[in-house]
Amino acid sequence: MPIDPALKRDLQAKAVQVRKLILQAVHTAGAGHVGGPLSMVEIAVAMYFKILRIDPKNPQWPDRDRYVLSKGHSCIALYATLALRGFFPVEEVFTYDAMNSRMQGHPDMTKTPGIDMSSGSLGTGASPPLGMALAAKRLGKDFHTWVHLGDGEIQEGQVWEMAFVASQYQVDNLTAIVDYNRVQQFGFPKDGNVRRRVNPLVQVPEKWRAFGWHVIECDGHDFDSLIPACEEAKTIKGRPTCIVAHTIKGKGVSFMEGDYNWHAKVPSPEELAKAFAELEAAQAG
Amino acid sequence: MAKLIEMRVTWGETMLELTKTHPNIMILDGDLGNSTMAQIVAYNAPDFYMNMGIAEQNMMGVAAGMASVGLIPWLSSFACFLANRDLDQLRVTVTQPKLNVKLAGHYSGILTGKTGKTHIDVGDIAILRALPHMTVVAPADSVECRQAVLALTDMPGPAYLRITRDAGPVIFGEDYRFAIGSVVPVREGKDLTIFGTGVQTTRAMEACDLLASEGISAHLVHVPTLKPIDVEGLVAAARKTGRVLTTEDHNIIGGLGGAVAEVLGQHHPVRMKIHGLQDCYGESGPNDAMLEKYGLTPKHIAAAAKALLNKAR
Repeated sequence: MPIDPALKRDLQAKAVQVRKLILQAVHTAGAGHVGGPLSMVEIAVAMYFKILRIDPKNPQWPDRDRYVLSKGHSCIALYATLALRGFFPVEEVFTYDAMNSRMQGHPDMTKTPGIDMSSGSLGTGASPPLGMALAAKRLGKDFHTWVHLGDGEIQEGQVWEMAFVASQYQVDNLTAIVDYNRVQQFGFPKDGNVRRRVNPLVQVPEKWRAFGWHVIECDGHDFDSLIPACEEAKTIKGRPTCIVAHTIKGKGVSFMEGDYNWHAKVPSPEELAKAFAELEAAQAG
Repeated sequence: MAKLIEMRVTWGETMLELTKTHPNIMILDGDLGNSTMAQIVAYNAPDFYMNMGIAEQNMMGVAAGMASVGLIPWLSSFACFLANRDLDQLRVTVTQPKLNVKLAGHYSGILTGKTGKTHIDVGDIAILRALPHMTVVAPADSVECRQAVLALTDMPGPAYLRITRDAGPVIFGEDYRFAIGSVVPVREGKDLTIFGTGVQTTRAMEACDLLASEGISAHLVHVPTLKPIDVEGLVAAARKTGRVLTTEDHNIIGGLGGAVAEVLGQHHPVRMKIHGLQDCYGESGPNDAMLEKYGLTPKHIAAAAKALLNKAR
């Protein structure tokens, strides 16, 4: 069911702001990731502006929902979203990767307000959310825990250790979101073409189903698809839910979309201007 | 003859005791509960026990998440797995954010119940003390083990407890008081100082008797905390005799010997010898034969002490 049109317009506007912040911050830093962050923008915006029970003024609130970005290299998208949500000033996003900055190259829970777990060594962010969900049950707390995984990241074995244990303990206060953009840092040749490289992992929803999870597929860039999927996930009892969100790496900038070369590449001034023009044209259109 | 007690039983019983005073304790088991004695909690306080299956990487991450929400997870597995299989998870999600996760490394050293080289980790102290924010403790006996469990539970931050599998002599009395980060004088002497850690300290006590019978007076100091290391305590004990022997059931690289050398080399250089496993892996065999072949008996410690003294002359 489509969401409220006014809410949708608001979230879409936020998404454009986040994309611009990502590109500007990476450009300013002269380093960082681009493709993965652009892939997760709508998911982060949906979380922080609609789904999560949080208080930006009290990031350590014990009863807050937890959100762990396991694909930690995409954290600039999270920093931009947290800033727009009021966790810290938006200008601070441009200190990304700078010495002594709270905006570290990979998420550091000891430095950045709103970061619930340090992550970035892929796969290692998958399990702490399970621990949070189990602890919530143990302590009688009603918060929900979300873990955002990359589809490249789920090549890591630890993810499937987590999938087994979460299912075994019927952890229904945990939802995984797989950012399924089918591209990873370098990838594997597609149809024998060594210059066109993809993540060849197949049957992703089936894999989670086989581990005992409830699976929902959605369009990870369409709030009308994404938000109902997240709402449904919270209602599922007796087992964890995995939302397989179909996304596009580099989403929103034509020359970045689907191209592994933009996994971690700094846009030139010309490329930045062209990207901003495309994002503004799409918003106006 | 000293009373013999299995440290793993002490660990399990102390964990059970803690479930009555610490409602936020949670034992996470890598499916070894009937080896590590986590079963004592699994049977008697099942709400405080979760089997995480044969999946140590996930177990470490789960512990990090639990600690971030306020639980005090104690991981129970073999030392060889905790120090290796889940090391990246420990590094990124536990020690970097200084989360309150405790590791019970069972079957440490070479006496692992005839399991062989896969289950013998000769480098756990070296690996774990190289992680910033980590506390590393190797108790000598059951009395110290119990007190270390209590102290580490109440200390915020990540910690590793190195536990020996089989029964060992109880060397400390009921008046013993363990303190994290402090060395423990065991025997006064004047010819050389011996530093021991873990159960190897009990063998060093026997070595002192052998040396005494040959007219050599050894000053024995137990070092239960490998990190943070007791700089003042080590220097004071080294200063007493001017010659230092370290002995450990661990590789001679990066363990107690390395830690002591790091301290004395910078603060009070003395002639020194590091005794332990000679940079090799283990094998399966009965305890007595293992200690003999790998050179960890009191006789071997005494020989190392004499070699140090001869060299020093």
